[in-house]
Amino acid sequence: MSSESAPTFSSRDAVVCRGVGKTWAAGTKRAHEALRDIDLDIKPGEFVVFLGPSGCGKSTLLYLIAGLEDATDGQIWSFGDAVDTPSPERSLIFQETSLFPWLTVWQNVSFGLAIRGASQEERRKVAAEALQRVGLIAAMDKRPDELSGGMRQRVAVARALAMRPKVLLMDEPFAALDVQTRARMQDFLLDVWRDSGASVLFVTHHIDEAVALADRVVVFTSRPGRIKTIYPIDLPRPRNLFSREAEAMRIQLTELLRDEVDRAFAEQEAFATPA
Amino acid sequence: MAVVTRDGEAGVAAGASRPAAATRLLASRLFTSMAGLNWLAKVWWTCLSISLFAGLWELCWAMGWADEKLLPPPHIFLDNIAEQGRFFNTATRWQVGTSMTEGPSAFESVLITGAATTMRVFVGLVLASVLAIAVGVLVRYYRFFDRLVLPTITLLSPVSPIAWLPVAIFLFGIGNAPAIFMVVVALFFHMVLATINQIDTVNTNLINVARTMGASKPQIYARVIVPAILPGMLQVLRMNLFGAWMVVLVAESTGVGYGMGQVIMLARNTFNPSLVFFTIAVIGVLGFTFDWLLRLAQRRILYWLPDTAERLRVL
Repeated sequence: MSSESAPTFSSRDAVVCRGVGKTWAAGTKRAHEALRDIDLDIKPGEFVVFLGPSGCGKSTLLYLIAGLEDATDGQIWSFGDAVDTPSPERSLIFQETSLFPWLTVWQNVSFGLAIRGASQEERRKVAAEALQRVGLIAAMDKRPDELSGGMRQRVAVARALAMRPKVLLMDEPFAALDVQTRARMQDFLLDVWRDSGASVLFVTHHIDEAVALADRVVVFTSRPGRIKTIYPIDLPRPRNLFSREAEAMRIQLTELLRDEVDRAFAEQEAFATPA
Repeated sequence: MAVVTRDGEAGVAAGASRPAAATRLLASRLFTSMAGLNWLAKVWWTCLSISLFAGLWELCWAMGWADEKLLPPPHIFLDNIAEQGRFFNTATRWQVGTSMTEGPSAFESVLITGAATTMRVFVGLVLASVLAIAVGVLVRYYRFFDRLVLPTITLLSPVSPIAWLPVAIFLFGIGNAPAIFMVVVALFFHMVLATINQIDTVNTNLINVARTMGASKPQIYARVIVPAILPGMLQVLRMNLFGAWMVVLVAESTGVGYGMGQVIMLARNTFNPSLVFFTIAVIGVLGFTFDWLLRLAQRRILYWLPDTAERLRVL
């Protein structure tokens, strides 16, 4: 690392992004820019929600932070270390079920330990602890296809927790769930977050979800994704989501997003119309 | 009065509904007990399906549409199994001076011939699958290997197994080896391409989960990609099983000594349609059994897969 690009941030920060950009299929005809100039600092134990219209690159940023994709520009650090590969310290939870269908629940949860060559007893013990925390200890020996969608996502959370991550990355994890289950899962996630002390980066396009969960909401512009604004949600927890402050915040966030959604629509229409 | 009548009617209605409910209960009990006999229903349907086909054939014969010298119906070609079985006798095939009556009995001959052919199919199928999966995984694992090997495999893939027949004889002469070689060569190239296709369609999320948990490339292949492609590969294997049965006959019809293919050739050369159809029937039974065993294995190995056929039933 040369001296001029030396980071000007605390190396204790959970995630630091400086000038991060991503262009897919760079250098080809199909190249398109997903992200531009992202500067972001996330404190340990902070709950940050990425909010933006579909296709704005918020999930891309999550993948870059996870180390699953390389940034085209800029640099990402996590606790002072440059991010260039995936790490068990940064667990990613997907929207779609990502449990291994051929493994039982406890084997899924302890997959990361099996990778490290832990013994069967140790794996079962850690899996039991993690499943206890998500309230699914009884489902330990079941297979994923025997569980409901909400239970599967809880198992996915347990699997991430079993790695004792410092950063929990969640890509619209509750998007496929019904409204009631989603509300329960949000409460559940807040409990898990409080217990684990990890930072959570949570991607969503639901404003309600952002207000229910976040310490700060990062609002993205439409493509290429840039940070439009960072909006603090300073409501005390546990939150009363029906309070006037919460309502006011939802309205403000809706307005912030509206321009971007309109722009995204106009862009998509222009794209669909032959020139 | 009116009240009484209404009561009377209600009473009659209740009385009528009680036996009806009992009947329904009995029927439902009968059905649940029959659920355990599901396989019996399957056997029944299988028999019905075959009987229907045989019946139509017999009808054609009875109506005089099918000449029994060319298309002998089942009751004719199954009539004298001992007589037909004689032609399966492997003991006399290439030994000058031994008569058809020596060696194993007719029944044993059919068993020996069937077993020999089945063994060739089985060995060929196992070799082809193991080689194809290994090569397919290597192609995706090493880019270098991909570039070096895949063009040739794609080039050889459309070549008909018949074209390999002379090669099989040049290389392996006569016996089991050329027949097994034919099965392997007929399946291998397709199965490599199928393996690669299966690997390419593995859910990216599963791979990414393993990556974020710190799995290395070999671990991702061993613990995610191989289990994830198994269902598809067993399906490919089942499809190729029939291919193997087809090829093995061609291979056996030339210079293997004994086997179902030899019997077919014998029947052709001696103009014996009964023997042709009898052999076809034996091959059918063997292939059917093989497929059934493979399906059983599939259900055992792939315990996590839901029954998709049942999902389509409701349409």
